[in-house]
Amino acid sequence: MTSRRIRQRAPWQLLVLGAIGAAVFVLPLIGLATRTPWSRLGELVTSDVVVDALRLSLITSLLAAAISLVLGVPLAWVLARVDFPGRSVVRAIVTLPMVLPPVVGGAALLFALGRRGVVGEPLNDATGFLLPFSIGGVVIANVFVAMPFLVVTVEAALRNLDGRHEAAAATLGASRLTVFRRITLPMIGPSVRAGLVLAWARALGEFGATVTFAGNLQGRTQTLPLAVFVALEQDRDTAVAISLVLVAVSLAVLLLLRDRWWSTGGDT
Amino acid sequence: MIKRAAWSAVLFAAIVLSSCGGQDEGEVVLVMAASSLTNAFSEIELAFESAHPEIDVQLNLAGSASLREQILQGAPADVFASANSATMQAVLDAGEATTSVTFATNTLQIAVPLDNPGAVTGIADLANEDLLVGLCGEQVPCGQFARQALEQAGVVASVDTNEGDVRALVTKLEAGELDVGIVYATDVLSSNEITGIALPATTDVVVAYPIAQLTNAANEDGARQFVEFVLSVEGQAILASTGFASP
Repeated sequence: MTSRRIRQRAPWQLLVLGAIGAAVFVLPLIGLATRTPWSRLGELVTSDVVVDALRLSLITSLLAAAISLVLGVPLAWVLARVDFPGRSVVRAIVTLPMVLPPVVGGAALLFALGRRGVVGEPLNDATGFLLPFSIGGVVIANVFVAMPFLVVTVEAALRNLDGRHEAAAATLGASRLTVFRRITLPMIGPSVRAGLVLAWARALGEFGATVTFAGNLQGRTQTLPLAVFVALEQDRDTAVAISLVLVAVSLAVLLLLRDRWWSTGGDT
Repeated sequence: MIKRAAWSAVLFAAIVLSSCGGQDEGEVVLVMAASSLTNAFSEIELAFESAHPEIDVQLNLAGSASLREQILQGAPADVFASANSATMQAVLDAGEATTSVTFATNTLQIAVPLDNPGAVTGIADLANEDLLVGLCGEQVPCGQFARQALEQAGVVASVDTNEGDVRALVTKLEAGELDVGIVYATDVLSSNEITGIALPATTDVVVAYPIAQLTNAANEDGARQFVEFVLSVEGQAILASTGFASP
């Protein structure tokens, strides 16, 4: 993308539709703010339930983002650069969690990695290790729904990448791994970071797959979204307060990172 | 970019179409029912619709607490059937319904997967930390009733998960992912993959299901007819066949 700027008045049609589009996102936030018990907010957000959930949410979403990075970048590279039979099928399967209802993903994870699952059962028999109803289960559920965002972003960047630098490095005798590490990775850096932020944000908000695969227990598997869900049916003030924490944390990170990372290019 | 925009347009169109389709013909009665009523009300829906072919019953099945919130937030429902009186009382207190009537009762049972992997024999096993124990969350009736039963037995459960409604708990027991849970007797009866173990005879937990026509029912006649049908001989027979007792 070039950064050429054309100074011209914006067409009003686009402005009107854009404003309506923005309202879709702004209105619910206003709704949330009108229901917020501001005077009791401090007391509500420092309750045990909220503190436990916030800590768990931060740990699991960051771990999920890190795992997505370590596994997702190589996966994106393979999808972009290695021509193997069935590649488009693999690509579709990798992006499936973006479309699938997360509850379905959670159930599928349970059938695969649960105590009676195809992989889970032999694993449990051999090691006694169990993923469901554990913090590990939360992380896996998060990775499942979040990693596609990183893979899609990075793969698009890799396919749009001008191959000349890599080719030059290769002719100078660099191995393929060195080319990847020293040339490719720095060039797609902005996209990797954008994908990482998207994946982290998706993991932070994850609900359906987590509640289905990892269950819901305060301090062990109850992340912020799960705490909101439970509180919504019990004590609306707490639910609104937790929602506000979630909005604040997400918004702060997205604002901070978007300005620093996304404006530098790496557009898909 | 263009490809992505096209996809977004397709998605948007799909959402719009799916949300406004199918409601144009005939009357609709929207029934909000506790998830423990899933099987009973699915059968009642069929029987009611064959008795009243002009009316289309739509069931919204979820945890009673979710339904209560939806009703209090103005969901356009006609009938509410709750799994406990407290949830119904909140709806009555808010003026969303004027009267309710108890149409069925239920009991609790300890439920285990068919092969009973945790070798559970009674309520005391729920305190075993080595077992995977699931209950319904405290916010829904089955969770409140289960805690009453545990308290009466003097057992402090070592809970591994608090499920959002009884269906979610039953599903995890059926899948063999949990060793033991406390669910309704009707859930045990309707499932081929879990088996029930009786609670101590001293357990005194009354599970009464109230039903009410909602004040803001868009289809008052349909709502009244549905409530009458549930209370009729035919409706009660269906409830009995799915394990509920008459009040």
